[in-house]
Amino acid sequence: MTTSIVANPALPESAVKAATRRTKQRLTSRGATAASLIIAVLWTIPTIGLFLTSIRPEVDTLRTGWWQIFVNPTFTLENYENVLFGRDSLLGPFLNSIAISIPATVFPLVIASLAGYAFAWMKFRGRDILFVLVFALQIVPIQMALVPLLSLFSRGFSFGGDALLYEGLRGAGLFSQVWIAHTIFALPLAIFLLHNFISEIPADVIEAARVDGASHGQIFFRIVVPLSLPAIASFAIFQFLWVWNDLLVALIFASGPAAPITRALAELTGEFGQNAQLLPAGAFISILIPLVVFLALQRYFVRGLLAGSTKG
Amino acid sequence: MKDLLTWLGSLPPLAQIPIIVGLFLAVATGLILLIEVAPRPGRRYTVIRLLACLLIPGIAFFLLGSVWWAIAVAIVLGGLFFLLDYRSKEGKGYVFALVGFLGPAFILLVIGLVYPTIATIYNSLLSNRGVFIGVENFVWVFSQEQNLVVIRNTIFWVLVVPALSTAIGLAYAVFIDRSRGEKFFKVLVFLPMAISFVGASIIWRFVYDFRPAEREQIGVLNGLVTLFGGDPVNWLQQVPLNSFLLMVVLIWVQTGFAMVILSAAIKGVPIEQVEAAQLDGTNAWQRFWNVTIPSIRPSLIVVLTTISIASLKVFDIVRTMGTAYPDTGVIANEMVTLLQKFEAGRSSAFAVILFLLVLPIVIFNARQIQKSREIR
Repeated sequence: MTTSIVANPALPESAVKAATRRTKQRLTSRGATAASLIIAVLWTIPTIGLFLTSIRPEVDTLRTGWWQIFVNPTFTLENYENVLFGRDSLLGPFLNSIAISIPATVFPLVIASLAGYAFAWMKFRGRDILFVLVFALQIVPIQMALVPLLSLFSRGFSFGGDALLYEGLRGAGLFSQVWIAHTIFALPLAIFLLHNFISEIPADVIEAARVDGASHGQIFFRIVVPLSLPAIASFAIFQFLWVWNDLLVALIFASGPAAPITRALAELTGEFGQNAQLLPAGAFISILIPLVVFLALQRYFVRGLLAGSTKG
Repeated sequence: MKDLLTWLGSLPPLAQIPIIVGLFLAVATGLILLIEVAPRPGRRYTVIRLLACLLIPGIAFFLLGSVWWAIAVAIVLGGLFFLLDYRSKEGKGYVFALVGFLGPAFILLVIGLVYPTIATIYNSLLSNRGVFIGVENFVWVFSQEQNLVVIRNTIFWVLVVPALSTAIGLAYAVFIDRSRGEKFFKVLVFLPMAISFVGASIIWRFVYDFRPAEREQIGVLNGLVTLFGGDPVNWLQQVPLNSFLLMVVLIWVQTGFAMVILSAAIKGVPIEQVEAAQLDGTNAWQRFWNVTIPSIRPSLIVVLTTISIASLKVFDIVRTMGTAYPDTGVIANEMVTLLQKFEAGRSSAFAVILFLLVLPIVIFNARQIQKSREIR
């Protein structure tokens, strides 16, 4: 009680100021508030609609719009049961998605932080040009790399037909091609983002370590990695979402038993009318993990996006 | 190597994760340890370096299944590299460490992006049977009316989507700036970023759904139309409109991205400038136009280029929403379709055209980075 009285005298002035400022803002922007409300509603309705569709019985979904759930509430989990354990189960593709996404997040992170360190703190001729080239690779359409990479994977590489340099990965492993493809396609952006962060570490810190006789390996392990954990975390989330949500790479490199959930869903949408009732529940399962990851780790994700944007 | 991967592939998917990640981390740790100990002075470390230079390429090529003389060549090159490193100006082991850091990324980028880009450009000059036919694939692209529609659509995508998502994102960021519940409002619009294009397409299929007039509509859009007494429309069959409706899906996804970046930029606008403008008697609109916009210009450029590239590459949305609908094709989707029809040459020609469309954006951005690096 006493403390609040003591603390109070400092409050009023700033509080009043803030209050007036806030009301001023609210008064001048009544139209703006309305507009932002409209945008927020427009942006949310489609997802809510899908969710409500996924928990309605199939007969109702086919007969009436999802908004009828407010008039005539009917709920069921049957759709989810069918999607997970039914005939065209999406459980397998769902597990495939996890098995693809986690390694495809770890690989580029490690490789890119090594390269990012070298670009930031090791001197060599042509460093800046090489760095810009790596960045430019980021914008090469992935589609362009697919055909040659696919033939590299399936046929190997040889000089003049008989001097085999590398035998190819045909039939080797379920996910190896997807992992490698995702790793490669992630590298330019990963190197760029991590380099931006790593190069912001104060030079004094690195110099001090060098004077103390630390080698590059030690500096990397003891100083750079611990200090850039936030950037590493944010890129990890970014890459995980990207791989999980990818369809293009999956369509080319992950066929049959290796197909992730995006591909399985895309194939479901292709079968006109068939299995259409599985789509809402299937789609919701597929967006569940990214949503959870995203909402839980939102702060890091946004920080990562900003790290990439303020410098570029 | 191949046997290992084949064995790995026979395990249940989830069991593969710890094994492959563990193997990878073991290799990476070994590499860093090597980088760490190799540059030390003394004969022992010189020997370690020499052995590493000879053995690593040898073993790598052996695991890839090379012929013997390729392995021999690799070992000889490794030895040459050792000498180069030994006589390096920066001290023994410096080049060794540098290659240790950059090597893995460099090799992967050359294999997976540089080589394929060059190969695609070459492929675009070949027929399906691998015969050199010059620019015939490009002639084919530009002589088919269908393909011209595809190119026109792609250009529309790259003009409309970045403009609209940036405009809406900016407006939203300004409107909710410093308002109550700002965080919550942000999440609502940002959420679609986490949803895959496939998921987004399915969501929007249910928005655009069409039923014949005598039945009850289940799509929101037609639900609204009939509520106000109109006749339901088969949205995705209306020719110029359907492409735009597909663009709406990408705008829906990308607005959140624009909003977050621009919102952070707006918060970075110096408050003194805004207040000075306020004292000069400017109204909110003038302040926005003359103070806010100039100071968030760098972020605006980043947002516009990022979304432009995303819309040039858009593929998933068109594929999952509208392959059955007329005149909605875009280059990125056409490429994959042609590839699946074993038309590698024509597909590559489309790839080259897409690359040419992206090129100005690449050059522009590369310049910006070079500038920012020069400042450092």
